[in-house]
Amino acid sequence: MDINLLSVLTGLIVLGATSGVLGVFALLRRKALLSDTLAHAALPGVCIAYLVGGKQLGWLLTGAFISGLLGIGAVSVITHRTRLKEDAALALTLSVFFGFGIVLLTGIQRWGDGYQSGLDRFLFGQAAALLPHEVVYLTLACLFILAIVAVLFKEFALLCFDRDYARVIGLPVRLLDALLMGLIALIVVLGLQGAGALLMVALMITPAAAARLCTHRLSLIVGLAALFGGLSAVGGVLMSAFYGRLPTGPVMVLTASALFLGVFLFRHLMQGERQRQRPSLSPLERGQGEGK
Amino acid sequence: MIDWQSTLWVLLTGGLVATSCALVGCWLLLRRMALLGDAISHAVLPGIVLAFWLTGSRTSLPMLLGAGAVGLLCTAIIQWLSQKRFIQSDAAIGVTFTAFFALGVLLISRYSGQVDLDLDCVLYGEIAYVPWDLWILGERVLGPRAVWTLGMGTVIVLLFTTGLYKELLASTFDPVYAQVAGIPTRTVYYLLMAVVALVVVASFEVVGAILVLAFLVVPPATALLISRRLPMMILMSIAFGWLAVLLGYAAAHLLDVSITGSMATVSGLLFALTLMATGLRARPYSSGGEGIGKS
Repeated sequence: MDINLLSVLTGLIVLGATSGVLGVFALLRRKALLSDTLAHAALPGVCIAYLVGGKQLGWLLTGAFISGLLGIGAVSVITHRTRLKEDAALALTLSVFFGFGIVLLTGIQRWGDGYQSGLDRFLFGQAAALLPHEVVYLTLACLFILAIVAVLFKEFALLCFDRDYARVIGLPVRLLDALLMGLIALIVVLGLQGAGALLMVALMITPAAAARLCTHRLSLIVGLAALFGGLSAVGGVLMSAFYGRLPTGPVMVLTASALFLGVFLFRHLMQGERQRQRPSLSPLERGQGEGK
Repeated sequence: MIDWQSTLWVLLTGGLVATSCALVGCWLLLRRMALLGDAISHAVLPGIVLAFWLTGSRTSLPMLLGAGAVGLLCTAIIQWLSQKRFIQSDAAIGVTFTAFFALGVLLISRYSGQVDLDLDCVLYGEIAYVPWDLWILGERVLGPRAVWTLGMGTVIVLLFTTGLYKELLASTFDPVYAQVAGIPTRTVYYLLMAVVALVVVASFEVVGAILVLAFLVVPPATALLISRRLPMMILMSIAFGWLAVLLGYAAAHLLDVSITGSMATVSGLLFALTLMATGLRARPYSSGGEGIGKS
């Protein structure tokens, strides 16, 4: 097998699995669409980093990360200190930051050299261009993230399911929340270069949602989400490699969606037989959306 | 030398986008459906591509209908997924729109030979081309096509908003009362979504799929900060939208950058300024979207 194909495959599998894991916590903390805002908010950071320091990958990722964190901060301020609700804050931050990013992008195009296409690929990624050494860094970073999740698993679980109890027993709830947001921002930013914004959003949400459909035990949900994320990567890479002329990112998204659909229909059919034995979402999880 | 005629067309187009988006966006914001606007603006992409592919040209009407239908389909799927008790509404949104958008991107790249559709144009729009893309009927030049499309779209939105005002008002602020009073809330909901899809599709060619969201959400959000009554909020959001269009265009011309990006940025700046002027709450709200319990 081609070494490049193998390295791309490995990188995306690792990315998919880690996104799946973090996605579960994002989902349970009702911050599923934060990844959408993060991915779009990172654009101005990438552009500014480029203007300041050139097209060094690590530098660009740092810019993206900071920009993403600023976006989260903006969402938080708007949500908690104005009349606006979280969905408005997310949509607002997403579009304004992204619009600003476009301004910077076109500015760079006018004044600068031809790196424009690299920045342009921001939305869709360049999975095929993942170099083996980049995959190594990506894998190390993802393992680091997974290690943190493993160590703080119980704490994160409490954060999601019984926040008041966590506070009562003395856990630094806001700090843990911030850490979780930071990890999510990190994985989204890491994935932007290889997979692109669209794919990162999908990888954060779809595998986790599919896993949530299968069970209510957190450790199983997390494991399944990692599995689904990895499978999406495999499906995406292999299909785009063998059918040719298919961009990897969108195919991965569609693979993940197909997995979700399969699980959903299976569960839908099962519900007919086992009426009230499977647990549905707790009221804590369901809650919002279009209602109160 | 400024080409005043082109400039005026561009500003008018931007203003029409701002108006129609603000009219619809206010309802989205008040119903906490801002992210559905995000979803629809991404989900219409495959509809746009298919309409392009099937009609083979840039005729607006089939594209409006086709993409609008896809937008509605997306909404219906999101609703269906959310009805079931084991998926959250924001997860349903995320799963659905990413799939639709991926399909759209796939179609564009796969059939880029046959479809004269530039992905960058779809995403970012090309408002500067508006004056040159004229609608020519027989021998008469009727003016920029986009102005006609958006003009019609704005009229439809105005009719919708004024015609169904009472129903929208009731179903937004007191859904239980609305149902009891016999208002078909589901129909209103789907009509609203259809109009959103219409506005998104009419605007995408001008401002792009992603920046439509800025026009849908930011001016209404800014207006919400300072309004106490709904009619005032609607008027203010249109005003803020127009302001963003005018100032954004001027800035873009001075700095030679993306016009629509500049408009989105300016609307964000207006929001930030309004926020500073009205002041932030000293103590954080405890229910900023977290649902049950304290934050």
